[in-house]
Amino acid sequence: MAVMVEAPAPQTAEVTDRARHERRLGLMLSAPSFLVMVFVTAYPLIYAVVLSLYNYRLTDPEGREFVGLGNYATVLTDPVWWTDFSTTFLITVFSVAVELVLGFAFAFVMYRILRGRSIVRTAILIPYGIVTVVSAYIWRYAFQLDAGFVNQWFGLGDYNFFGQRWSALFVIILSEIWKTTPFISLLLLAGLVQVPEELQEAARVDGATAWQRLKRVTLPNMKAAIMVALLFRTLDAWRIFDNPFIMTAGANKTETLSFLAYRQNVTLVNLGAGSAVSVLLFLTVVVIAFIFVKGFRTDLSQVRGDR
Amino acid sequence: MADRKVSNWWTVWGVLILLWALFPLLWMVSLSFKDPATFRSAEPTFFPQVWVWDNYRTVFTDSLFTSALRNSVGIALIATFLAVIVAMFAAYAIARMEFPGKKFLLSMALAIAMFPQAALVGPLFNMWRNLGIYDTWLGLIIPYLTFALPLSIWTMSAFFRQIPWEMEQAAQVDGATAWQAFRKVIVPLAAPGVFTTAILTFFFCWNEFLLAISLTSTDRARTVPAALSFFTGASQFQSPITYIMAASVVVTIPVVILVLIFQRRIMAGLTAGAVKG
Repeated sequence: MAVMVEAPAPQTAEVTDRARHERRLGLMLSAPSFLVMVFVTAYPLIYAVVLSLYNYRLTDPEGREFVGLGNYATVLTDPVWWTDFSTTFLITVFSVAVELVLGFAFAFVMYRILRGRSIVRTAILIPYGIVTVVSAYIWRYAFQLDAGFVNQWFGLGDYNFFGQRWSALFVIILSEIWKTTPFISLLLLAGLVQVPEELQEAARVDGATAWQRLKRVTLPNMKAAIMVALLFRTLDAWRIFDNPFIMTAGANKTETLSFLAYRQNVTLVNLGAGSAVSVLLFLTVVVIAFIFVKGFRTDLSQVRGDR
Repeated sequence: MADRKVSNWWTVWGVLILLWALFPLLWMVSLSFKDPATFRSAEPTFFPQVWVWDNYRTVFTDSLFTSALRNSVGIALIATFLAVIVAMFAAYAIARMEFPGKKFLLSMALAIAMFPQAALVGPLFNMWRNLGIYDTWLGLIIPYLTFALPLSIWTMSAFFRQIPWEMEQAAQVDGATAWQAFRKVIVPLAAPGVFTTAILTFFFCWNEFLLAISLTSTDRARTVPAALSFFTGASQFQSPITYIMAASVVVTIPVVILVLIFQRRIMAGLTAGAVKG
């Protein structure tokens, strides 16, 4: 396999000059973005790591002392962390699973529908754009005993949905699903549009059933789009905060990890232990991203940008 | 014949999606017109027994809400404007140039898109107090700008890649000055992408809640989502539910208007920035 490669022409000074100029300009143009991102995320994160090594409450600034990994031990041995972890896990798994199926259904309808296509596409963007807090209130009041219609419609009498963990989580997940399914369905629609029509046609000619076509043609061709949508939505769900905060205020074991970080840092101004929660929350996100990229071979180059 | 039947079926499913998307909005509007004094009952109805405007009147005379609305509009517009400007430079460089650190910039943007904001509330709360920007517009604009950057950079670089940049040289060959070529050729081509990015960024800023309640403490910088969670209504003896819904209707109106006018652009923007075509 010895192929003669033509030697590249010696670069003239002008070309290298231009390349150098382009490099400098590229760096200068991206510097503002880069600096802002570092200042607001990387630096505070390092600051959180430092704070997490101290016992530090704003209510008692004099009592600040170095405790090493003590805060992490405190957090990880506290049942509250694990309860919130399981709550976050449940919400993520159930909402993402339902959204994936529902999102697929929506994507297929938007792909195939002829009459009323633009109306459906417009309507679906409204939950996407609506303020999450508003969505949380809408669903909370729909299920509320003295104001909602759900119990009347379904003949549930005076069943209190927010009275116990499971039913409260159900309502939280419902609000989450309503608001974010459009996002997933649009990403899946983008993937669906890219599946070559002639492949579908060929499968049809070969006598494949609709189910076989979905399994053998559509899904394999959409794998990358599905994985990217899943990764983004999973991490989005993992960070859930607004819905439990507005709907239950964390009662009946419905507090999530983001909520815990907020409560420790802002409500209790317990910056030492709070920062340990922050760092641990960050690490859980890193682990999830890692599982997707390495475990499920999610091809992040599918995400636009690096071409 | 059979085709028409199938297409009708899809339309039926479409109507179901329509219901699913709009029904909760109907509930919100219905609640906002109920009488705050008498709406609660052992057997609540979906629609109001009596339709009243009181909730809207109360909302617009409540300084907590009006100042929050002002803050929301101001902060979201400024943060959107800045994010679009800063991201435009980076997106232009990514779309048109080779430079060291390009990959790194994109990976960093990706990392920030996945970043748990809740992990920052403690350190930012502390930093902002030391810098004196806690509970100010600037204190929210800076993090909003940051978290909007990844989305803005991706969406815009995706749009910028589709621009036929050679036309700029072509115009100059035809005798246009560099500035004319840029203004007459490039700006009209780039504008739709920039504009779409601005809408998506605005949605994000309009929506944000966690940082809004963590980095503000008074009505000086509190945005509408944050104010909603502190809303108590006209008096402490009445339930705030109907007022909260009236305020919710008010903040949903801009979203609905933007979606109605720019539906196509938003669709294109969401999918352009997400997955390769």
